[in-house]
Amino acid sequence: MSFSIQDLQLILPEAFLLFAICAVIAVDLVIKPAQRDATHWLSIGVVVATLLLVIIDRSADARGFSGMFVHDAVARLLKVFILLVTIAVFVYARTYLKDRKLFVGEFHMLVLFAVLGMMLLVSAGSLVMIYVGLELLTLSSYALVALNRDSPLSSEAAMKYFVLGALASGILLYGMSMIYGATGTLDLQKIHAVASLAAGSSHQTLLAFGLVFLVAGIGFKFGAAPFHMWLPDVYQGSPTAVTTFIGSAPKIAAFGMAWRLLDGALGGLHPHWGEMLAVLAVLSLAIGNVVAIAQTNLKRMLAYSTISHVGFLLLGLANGTPSGYAAAMFYAIAYAIMSAAAFGSIQLLARAGFEAEEIDDFKGLNQRNPWYAFVVLLVMASLAGIPPLFGFFAKLLVLKAALDAGMLWLAIVAIVFAIVGAFYYLRVIKVMYFDPPETKDTLALPQDIPLRWVLSINGAALLFLGLFFGPLLSWCYRAMGAG
Amino acid sequence: MLSNFFHSWIHDPLIAHAGTFGLVVWLVLCILAIAVPVILTVALYVWWERKVLGWMHVRMGPNSVGPAGLAQTFADVFKLLLKEYFMPQAASKFLFVVAPLIALVPAFAAWAVVPFDDKVVLADVNAGLLYLLAMTSLGVYGIILAGWSSNSKYAMLGAMRSAAQVVSYEIAMGMALVGVLICAGSLNLSDIVRAQGGNWGIFNGFWLPLFPLFLVYFISGVAETNRAPFDVAEGESEIVAGFHVEYSGAPFAVFFLTEYANMILISFLASVLFLGGWNSIFPVSWGFLGAPGWWWLFVKAFFFAFFYLWFRAAFPRYRYDQIMRLGWKVFVPITIVWVLVAGCLVYFDIVGPGKV
Amino acid sequence: MSFELILFYLFATVLTVAALGVITVKNSVHAALLLVLTFFTAAALWLLLQAEFLAIALVLVYVGAVMVLFLFVVMMLDIKVEPLREGFVRYLPIGAIVAVVMLVEMLGLIGLKTMSAQALPADPAGASNTAWLGKALFTQFLLPFEVAAVILTVALIAAVMLTLRRRVGVKSQDPAKQVAVKASERVRIVKMESASKGGTP
Repeated sequence: MSFSIQDLQLILPEAFLLFAICAVIAVDLVIKPAQRDATHWLSIGVVVATLLLVIIDRSADARGFSGMFVHDAVARLLKVFILLVTIAVFVYARTYLKDRKLFVGEFHMLVLFAVLGMMLLVSAGSLVMIYVGLELLTLSSYALVALNRDSPLSSEAAMKYFVLGALASGILLYGMSMIYGATGTLDLQKIHAVASLAAGSSHQTLLAFGLVFLVAGIGFKFGAAPFHMWLPDVYQGSPTAVTTFIGSAPKIAAFGMAWRLLDGALGGLHPHWGEMLAVLAVLSLAIGNVVAIAQTNLKRMLAYSTISHVGFLLLGLANGTPSGYAAAMFYAIAYAIMSAAAFGSIQLLARAGFEAEEIDDFKGLNQRNPWYAFVVLLVMASLAGIPPLFGFFAKLLVLKAALDAGMLWLAIVAIVFAIVGAFYYLRVIKVMYFDPPETKDTLALPQDIPLRWVLSINGAALLFLGLFFGPLLSWCYRAMGAG
Repeated sequence: MLSNFFHSWIHDPLIAHAGTFGLVVWLVLCILAIAVPVILTVALYVWWERKVLGWMHVRMGPNSVGPAGLAQTFADVFKLLLKEYFMPQAASKFLFVVAPLIALVPAFAAWAVVPFDDKVVLADVNAGLLYLLAMTSLGVYGIILAGWSSNSKYAMLGAMRSAAQVVSYEIAMGMALVGVLICAGSLNLSDIVRAQGGNWGIFNGFWLPLFPLFLVYFISGVAETNRAPFDVAEGESEIVAGFHVEYSGAPFAVFFLTEYANMILISFLASVLFLGGWNSIFPVSWGFLGAPGWWWLFVKAFFFAFFYLWFRAAFPRYRYDQIMRLGWKVFVPITIVWVLVAGCLVYFDIVGPGKV
Repeated sequence: MSFELILFYLFATVLTVAALGVITVKNSVHAALLLVLTFFTAAALWLLLQAEFLAIALVLVYVGAVMVLFLFVVMMLDIKVEPLREGFVRYLPIGAIVAVVMLVEMLGLIGLKTMSAQALPADPAGASNTAWLGKALFTQFLLPFEVAAVILTVALIAAVMLTLRRRVGVKSQDPAKQVAVKASERVRIVKMESASKGGTP
């Protein structure tokens, strides 16, 4: 019952992160606004150190804090990528925020707190931990969206996000309470045992009721159709630096949460939730891809593209086999990396007083800066799923898992909409390479050297991981225990 | 002694002859045995306040009605009760009438858990300290409802000030109480008093190890009761009389009664929580002087009650932002740090039940 | 019918009526006050179940602090309720359906519990439920408890970030400086020769 020193060893990265955040807050409090860079580099250092702690930790799988905290391969893998993506988010944000006078310590603290929430979320071993981890993540996100508090668009986005997010939390919590009522425990493992036993009994009906709410809550948090209403407004309304963050790493964490809840706790009810997820997946694929075509705002277009990608991710989850989960996990990681690069490139082009968020802003980019246009090309092609890029293999794996599980129709629907979706990504590429630029000046890259390097690495990673996806894939398969 | 006497002479015959009904009668008698003395004490306290203020101002204070002016308060009470009771036309009728009662009820309900002597307490509940906090925090409803239902700008301003002030100081007060319950290891007020018993008399009290909390508690208590120098809710010079500007006659008297009952309550609580309640201020070994008893509690409470009056005579009124600053930026940090210290003191066995 | 049962029905009726009042009364201050009454009766119901810590904590936190601030805001803002109530009738069917679904689910849960009813194990040490709760919070639920504290910190930081504005040209006092002032900084004593005899007319 009580906790021991082993528990602290298990949670070392999170504990370190928490204390480091407190230190960052203290440092940020005493430095002058002109020295804000110190907070920035310190935050990146904190994330890197946490990443190292996660990587060097080779201890065996275990559960700590009376089963509240799960230390396993999936959690470790997800944490590594959450932290990696966060480093990129920080680097991209610096110049963008400085140009808009939003370069404040709170941005860094809230992102770090959100990262802590995500790490706890993917390691959650109990319904309570899922809820508090999720709240830590979303509460930080609401505040981040409102970062630019003088902008009505930003405030409106934050308000929508907050109200719908609170509603989603309520729905999720209601589902959890139903499940607690039916099983009498909060522990995911014990719920799994009860839920598997309960087939056919009255427990089953109640669990299914709770499950509906749970899936709706997960759908809200992912932004899956028909629970996607908040997503485009929030992506467009928040400062691009924040969009980069909430559009990337949290998707990995959301996958972790969905997997822990659906497979970890309610694996026995797969026939029920598999169908629900399939419906969500088809709707998301359809709405995301079709509506994205009509968008002229790049951030909004990417928001709808997120919805469609979530559809793919749910497709992987829906088939309920270890290889399906592994494919979904691979997809979540691939999407987070692509999305970070996509929003990062918007930030690279943005200048003080110029957001660079319309697709027309990218006209003739190739003539103005070929290397930069090439990076955007890689990102868009990868999002569209063109071989041999990262995004292609992610899609391929999900489709393969779906076919293996006998979901032929779903796979066909997904392929059709992926082809529809390719259109709007290719339009961006067309605009960059074949449309005449609106100005003749060459585009100077920003002075921010780390930004240029990290973005280039991020873009190159899409190509590299597309060509050599083997190690990551086998890591995912091993973590999920799939052959 | 005291409790045994009442038990054998009133409680037991009542139960024996009337069963459940007898129990109810007994409870009502107990409640009256607390409420009536409180009301009488309020009357005397008002007289004492006017006397003390008079002496500090180098004047006489009330001296005409009754011996030494003692009947002055009673005369005032009758005046208030007989005066016309006036309600503004646009007031929210129901709330306007109910507000003074809502203020009064928690002020009296809190007395239920105050231990006057060993086993002389109306309700010896386990979560007594929490109950007290809950009751003191309810008092603010009477004030904000009075302010709002009066439909007057001054009353509204007073109510808003009071709401913000009470909620702010409740935090410091609560944290101060956390220190006490850490040291006593219990939420029960009788247990808290017992934990302060020992051979050192007054130096067994928690005021010594928890000195900062003791100060914070009492000052927060002054602020909670909206008394000078924290009386911005009334603020005669800016907003006339604050939340009760529209009240007259009996309802005003009820507000008046509530305020003084609360002051006496805070004085008793400060004595119970920090000065060892019914324990003697002298070492137990001093025979007659060292014997515990209810009179010690009353002496200690009188001491704090006197401080209330002294504050009123000595300090100018705080400005609103200064009140907030003091509450949030000074008291809350002090209490948080000292709760940590209290935890260490208990952990290392320096303070605690039965320790010196 | 036992005394306890009578009390239960009394509190339950008051609770339901007050909760209905919260969503139907016109005046938003009255609605907030009815919500206070709802919380208070809920606390009374918990007391009947001998969950004294939870009951008092409910009164302390919700009634004593949260609702006071709520009232504070409602009174300050002077909310016009009529526009907010426009959709009331239109959305009533949806609300009713959701309420019925929730009711059915809860009844199902209660039914399930009575089918497989087993009393909670009595605490062997016979400790008060305050002590028991404290023990559970700091052993079994230590991690979520600490994370909840972190969530509150985030809320604090977010609130400061969204509302703190450093306005220029505001005159404020520094109490430390006021206290540290010396008489010599405020009063200048000037030595003057006294007027000589006959010097002035």
